[in-house]
Amino acid sequence: MSDEVLRTEHISKSFGRVTALRDASIRLNKGEVLGLLGDNGAGKSTLMKILTGFHKPDGGKIYFLGNEIELKSVSHARSLGIEPVYQDLALVNELSVYRNMFLQREIMVGGPLQILNDGAMREIAREHLNEMGVNIPSVDVEIAKLSGGQRQAIAVARSVYANAKVLLLDEPTAAMGIRESAMILDVIRSLKEKAEVSVIIVAHNYAHVFDVCDRVNLLQNGKITFDRPTKETSIEELMNLVLHEMREARQQIHK
Amino acid sequence: MPGDKVDSLPSGKIGVPRAAPPGLARRVGMFLLQSRETSIALAAILLIIYFGSTAAAFLSPGNIANLAEYAAMTAIIAAGEVMVIICGEVDLSAGNVYALSPFVMYFAHQAGVPFVLSILLGLIAAAFVGLINGFITVVLEVPSFITTLGTLYLINGFTLTISNGYPVQPNGTPFIINFFGGTPISQISWAIGITLLFQFVLTKTRWGLYTIATGGNLLGAAEVGIKVGKIKIGNFIICSVLGGLAGILDTFRISSIDPLAGGTDIMFMAIASSVIGGTLLTGGSGTVIGAFLGAAVLGILKNGFTLVGVSAFTFDMILGAAILLTMIINVRLSRLRAAGGKR
Repeated sequence: MSDEVLRTEHISKSFGRVTALRDASIRLNKGEVLGLLGDNGAGKSTLMKILTGFHKPDGGKIYFLGNEIELKSVSHARSLGIEPVYQDLALVNELSVYRNMFLQREIMVGGPLQILNDGAMREIAREHLNEMGVNIPSVDVEIAKLSGGQRQAIAVARSVYANAKVLLLDEPTAAMGIRESAMILDVIRSLKEKAEVSVIIVAHNYAHVFDVCDRVNLLQNGKITFDRPTKETSIEELMNLVLHEMREARQQIHK
Repeated sequence: MPGDKVDSLPSGKIGVPRAAPPGLARRVGMFLLQSRETSIALAAILLIIYFGSTAAAFLSPGNIANLAEYAAMTAIIAAGEVMVIICGEVDLSAGNVYALSPFVMYFAHQAGVPFVLSILLGLIAAAFVGLINGFITVVLEVPSFITTLGTLYLINGFTLTISNGYPVQPNGTPFIINFFGGTPISQISWAIGITLLFQFVLTKTRWGLYTIATGGNLLGAAEVGIKVGKIKIGNFIICSVLGGLAGILDTFRISSIDPLAGGTDIMFMAIASSVIGGTLLTGGSGTVIGAFLGAAVLGILKNGFTLVGVSAFTFDMILGAAILLTMIINVRLSRLRAAGGKR
């Protein structure tokens, strides 16, 4: 496949005697939004942490833009364009929106004096956030004064600005109100329109996943058991799969 | 508000508006409310008016020089404490480096090192102490309160040992003495220069930005790739060097190198100045100019009360109460500020 960005083959990972992943094979195409569903303990976080370079898999292969790669560290993954958006968002409450946007990528002036170019950063941050449809009062406000949804949107916008090719969103709408979630989903949709960034969303909220994702994967007991375009499935079907698995597991115990 | 721009966007996506230019009065008002230094500057002005009207000698040139000298030393150390406190740590040993550096300078000069170079050696010794503070705190993961409490005693004992507990006299040509703190003008110039320099570093350079980020969100700063350990160690070195520099400047003012100079008294004054000036002990936020004004307020209080004739016993009580009162007002004002900034 020529438009494939990221693919994993038979990834496995154990922590001592606990097997987190048995056989995780996923495929992410360019400009696609992939939803990764699964119950608690299914291995979603482990898979995400392998893709961010935080954990090394015990077995299996990872392909990025067609080449097999070994992710050495989080910064290595990031240098390739695989950008995680953490739940804590890595934003600094005490700094303004635009200074957070440019943290570690500051624009400087004054030659050898290396002075922060606040004017330029402010302007670019404003344009970029406007383009992505992020609604905040001003790029000069401190992050502390923004809502959870606005913060999440800024964290996503920052990763996109950093030329992310793959965005890994860990529970982007967790603990958020309806309006907040809608804002994040809007931002993800606007990414989809541009089709420059591919996104993997890990979420508990099936409705949100069905709302924005092109395709859903279901992770059960460390294995991808379901992979279908969102259009060709339904929330009910997926829920039944999860419940079925639960009942089977219960019968196993009773035997 | 540029209405046409908003209209061109899809509904529901209002985007980031350009701030409409507010009227001058409103802008000045917002600036005063937004800036952390306002409350402490106001306190300083009120105190000057009060002591100026109650003690005739308060505004005499001699007394102002006295006051400037006292506040200058505290302000220089406070600039360093602000940097350390913003990145989430504290340095209790800076007051003892204040006593150590002049002795290193003195002994280096006795051993034949040229004078200016011996001053540099005094500062290098201070930097070394900062490096140790930073290393133990960052690499060995001992809380900085404990680390610097340890080095506080260590340095104090070391200074007493190398000096045998006796003060000595610094030498130097009149020019060097006058340049390095020999006159009130020189002292206050150093303090203002250092304050402006570090306010600039804090607000306009990467180092300052990363210092705030490190103190504001340690994990997050590390996640975006900031070398938080380097930032912390660097700020410990800055604080220590400023402590040493203040000590050397003071040496030329009083023409004596005293092993018991500075110590915890000036260190606590510097930390109090920082906090009164608007630097949060929890890290992530602070101002060097505020700390300078804080040092001025503490100096005015001490000097003013002495002139008014308050006895030394009651003085500490009043000083303590004044610190508490200033802080309570300051906390109230920041609440107001936070509420005013929200839209």
